[in-house]
Amino acid sequence: MRHGQYRFIVGFLVMPLALYGVFVVSPFVQAFYYSLTNWTGVSPEFDFVGLQNFENLTNDSLFLRALRNNAVLLAVMPLAVILLALFFAFLLNVGGRGAGSGVRGVRGSGFYKLAFFLPQVLSVPVIAVIWAVIFDPTPTGLVNSVVRRIGLGSSGWLADPDLALYCVLWVLVWGSVGFYLVLFNAAMSSIPRDIFEAALLDGAGRVTTFFRVTIPLLWDTIQTSWVYLAILALDVYALIAVMTAGPGGPNNSTQVISLQIAQNGFQFGRAGYASAIGVVLFFVTLIIAAIMLRATRRERIEY
Amino acid sequence: MTVTTRAGDAGTPTSTPPRQTDHGRKGSSASDVGANVFSHAVLIGWSVMVLVPFAWALLASLKTSREIFGSPWSLPEVFRWSNYSRAWDKGVGEYLLNSIVVVTGGVLLTMLFGSMVAYVLARYEFRGNRIIYYLFAAGMMFPVFLAIVPLFFVVQNFGMLSTYQGLILVYTAYSLPFTVFFMHSFFRTLPTSIAEAAFIDGCSHTGVFFRVMLPMAKPGLLSIGIFNVLGQFNQFVLPAFLSPEKPVLAQGIATLLASQRYEGDWGALFAALTIAMVPVVVVYLIFYRQVQAGLTSGTLK
Repeated sequence: MRHGQYRFIVGFLVMPLALYGVFVVSPFVQAFYYSLTNWTGVSPEFDFVGLQNFENLTNDSLFLRALRNNAVLLAVMPLAVILLALFFAFLLNVGGRGAGSGVRGVRGSGFYKLAFFLPQVLSVPVIAVIWAVIFDPTPTGLVNSVVRRIGLGSSGWLADPDLALYCVLWVLVWGSVGFYLVLFNAAMSSIPRDIFEAALLDGAGRVTTFFRVTIPLLWDTIQTSWVYLAILALDVYALIAVMTAGPGGPNNSTQVISLQIAQNGFQFGRAGYASAIGVVLFFVTLIIAAIMLRATRRERIEY
Repeated sequence: MTVTTRAGDAGTPTSTPPRQTDHGRKGSSASDVGANVFSHAVLIGWSVMVLVPFAWALLASLKTSREIFGSPWSLPEVFRWSNYSRAWDKGVGEYLLNSIVVVTGGVLLTMLFGSMVAYVLARYEFRGNRIIYYLFAAGMMFPVFLAIVPLFFVVQNFGMLSTYQGLILVYTAYSLPFTVFFMHSFFRTLPTSIAEAAFIDGCSHTGVFFRVMLPMAKPGLLSIGIFNVLGQFNQFVLPAFLSPEKPVLAQGIATLLASQRYEGDWGALFAALTIAMVPVVVVYLIFYRQVQAGLTSGTLK
């Protein structure tokens, strides 16, 4: 009927698909292929080594260290961000002297959302540089001057192998809370008002309403957020590459998977091995996303 | 219904004096005030935590290195505007230019390709439609690090390492998934009748897209456009590996930090940081509704 429709479809798709295929799809596919080789990345020749790379990974203490650090981030970061963001969303919505338990924010909630979200729009190196200097290990450093004011001794922060990973963790949480606050807030305001009014009629207070009505209705959003934050915890690179000594130091205390991929692939001339780490990262991400979606599954509430 | 209205009345008017004479609600309104004060205290506390580092960085851009580390809380004795000219000479001007060129090219190409794909997928039935859609959707979930090593060699084989065209093409390719996803749902919401009328008037498929559908999709294009401007301007991982000799601003900041560890010109570093921060903050303040809506919509659906 409409002539030339197929030519039009093909014409519109061919360039973007070619671009996407060359720069996105093919590298992903190649990574799986190279993970089975001993390719150095420099010479064009390489051999198939089967699963040798993966076997070597199990004895690579640096890789295992990286995996453990990612596990720490994974265990703490998503939970901390979601709890803080929910807590702030709770205060924004329930703390107001507004109407009952409906979604009416405290005064100035617009300002709070604007401020909390700010770290999300700035590039990671900017944030990493600011915090690297704030965590200055000398006694007159910014954090140390605050800590000493309240009567504690000063620490090395990013220079202290016991604390460095937690400094990174803090910056990740600090930067992400605003995003999830805005997300939860948006999800809350899409809940119909009459649900809150019904709860209120039944005599539920604001706090009860929040925990018994709002949170269950937000469960889908919380679940998705958890998966996104888990991916962030597994993927963290820029922050560590810029902020920590080495990077990954001191004493490999902030070594992570992405750093291992970069170092093996571009510094040690082990592109095949780096690809194998990438494949492990892929499957870990997939498995964790599946487990989390499964474990936190609840009956979906439609409204 | 009366209960609802009363509960609402108890607290709604912030203009009402705090002493509420409604005896029946006295206890609850006192706890209301308590909750309100507590909420503000906590929320202001976190705002301070978020904003102080940025304010401090702004101030540090006008201090000497000795002042930054020796007396981090005090104002500079003299405002050192010369930090900015030294930062510019250390390459910030060049990095900024690189960022502007790459982001301009990258965003224009992303918007063109992204809306073309999204439009075809949203409005035309053909075999493979769903497969192509899922191919793009999958791109939003995969960790970039899985691909980074092979991607480096792909770009190298094209001879496009450290070139504008290399970064523009790679940025576009990696921005397509979210752009397609976003514009796809946007084109679905647009009415079909105007396009039908244009077809009857003898407009071609391409003409309908450029002259009817794109103008109608302006609000969506604005949201996703701002999202892509910020995302590509802040991009660090891709240029860090693919453009070592032509650094963009985010990369330049990281390099400057590394070199200040021995050069020790921290005032200039913070001046560079401020140059990188200010355009983004201005865009954010002007368009913050679109930015927040655009960024969060990817997670919500």
